[in-house]
Amino acid sequence: MSSLQTPPLSAGQGAPESSAVRLVRILLPVIVLAADVAMWELVVRVNEIPPYVLPGPGAVFETLVNDWPVLSQSLLVTLLTTLEGFAAAAFGGVALALLFNQSKWLEYSLFPYAVILQVTPVIAIAPLLLIYLPQQTAVIVCAWIVGFFPVLSNTTLGLNSVDRNLAGLFRLYGASRMQTLRYLKLPSALPFILGGLRIAGGLSLIGAVVAEIAAGSAGAGSGLAYRIAESGYRLNIARMFAALLLLSAAGIVIYVLLALTSHLVLRRWHESALGKEN
Amino acid sequence: MAEPAALSEVDTSTAGLAVSLRGVTKIYDSGVMALGPLDIDVRKGEFVSLLGPSGCGKSTALRLIAGLNAPTSGSVGISKPAGQARPGHSIGFVFQEPTLMPWTSVRENVRLPLKLAQAPATEASARIAEALMQMGLTEFADAFPRELSGGMKMRVSLARALVTDPDILLMDEPFAALDEITRFRLNNDLLSLWRNLRKTVIFVTHSVFESVYLSQRVIVMTSRPGRISAEFRIDTTEPRGEDFRTSADYAGYCRKVSNALAPSYPGKPG
Repeated sequence: MSSLQTPPLSAGQGAPESSAVRLVRILLPVIVLAADVAMWELVVRVNEIPPYVLPGPGAVFETLVNDWPVLSQSLLVTLLTTLEGFAAAAFGGVALALLFNQSKWLEYSLFPYAVILQVTPVIAIAPLLLIYLPQQTAVIVCAWIVGFFPVLSNTTLGLNSVDRNLAGLFRLYGASRMQTLRYLKLPSALPFILGGLRIAGGLSLIGAVVAEIAAGSAGAGSGLAYRIAESGYRLNIARMFAALLLLSAAGIVIYVLLALTSHLVLRRWHESALGKEN
Repeated sequence: MAEPAALSEVDTSTAGLAVSLRGVTKIYDSGVMALGPLDIDVRKGEFVSLLGPSGCGKSTALRLIAGLNAPTSGSVGISKPAGQARPGHSIGFVFQEPTLMPWTSVRENVRLPLKLAQAPATEASARIAEALMQMGLTEFADAFPRELSGGMKMRVSLARALVTDPDILLMDEPFAALDEITRFRLNNDLLSLWRNLRKTVIFVTHSVFESVYLSQRVIVMTSRPGRISAEFRIDTTEPRGEDFRTSADYAGYCRKVSNALAPSYPGKPG
């Protein structure tokens, strides 16, 4: 063990040049952001644009701080919806893919409908769902509808990408269906599943937002998207921006968390998680 | 005779046979006649090579013996070892590629056959340790396949085949992708393993030199359809080693086997 630990992935190996490149890659977007914010503030001040048309970044930040009790509450609601939709998408997608993998008949019967559900814009389905389902359920179902397909199709791809010789080996040793699934197919599919989950994470947030906006006009609701719609009606543009900022941040955090999970799970064996020099 | 028999428990014990193929043919779905009819008998403890050009059906024959594919006609008989439930466990198979699970350690890769057979944990650990030791892998038990060289991966593959203590070892061009130095070393290791454990080995290769060096008997096959064209017994003083590889005997056998192989090369009318 100890003699083997030296070769893989030593961070300092990549020469000073690559660490400089890394620094530049972090610095450049930050500079662009700072420049944009400065430009925005400048344009607003020079042209004396009223805040109900376009508030400056300072005003947006001020709103973010002042309205934090309301906004944080809404953020929590949206995140919870996203999480529930994501969990449903992850579970439903993987479970459906496993079912399809075990039974071709089931796959032929149901797969077309999974595609139809995917290609029909969720914003058009949301109002109907809101009529027939309790609002909270409808919102989660929306998040699920957008999120489950990438999980389903990626998992299916993964389950079908099993090394043929390994599959032969499992047959040779008389592996049962469950054993083949557990010890061969699922681990083989894991990188694909994680890729699907990474897409589903972002999509669940989109699904939740779409449903909230659709539900917002139907009355109740207190998620971030509802806040945006509500603030729009009230011409509270700064709060719209502040809520939008929080939604973006939520999306980024979701993506980073899922990418990190994927990296941690795969780092010891999968090509995608290994350093380039290997 | 031509019934589509699959794997059958032929009573090979009286004849001392480990594997017995009778009139075996394989026709692919496309209608291509890949193999046979083929008759092969392999005695218990014998080291036999199937030698032939690519596409002559030698790997197909091996997969039929392993039960990975069913023959179109004819019968494949495997000696049934006493006290073992499933015939699959009496066979160890080594593929051309190491065919390891990349997501887990060397130890877990070697454990696989036992895990699938739901062997008791304590017994399994002992056998895994033994198989790892036999292949010189004890220090690498916790390494992942990607951290190993091609030769080491092949050793893991061999250890996995040995861990069930099979009677028959089927090897499908296992060393073809390795460099010569590694291949020679693995050849020697395989020979000493065979001397110690006295397993029946059927070794598929397209290397004349490898087949002569390793086996007691070389079966030369022609392609399309795969048939036996010649058979050679390699008699030499045991144990074999590097001396044999450089001996005149060895060169003579290699020449004879090469000549038998020559007509089957494409382009030359046979």
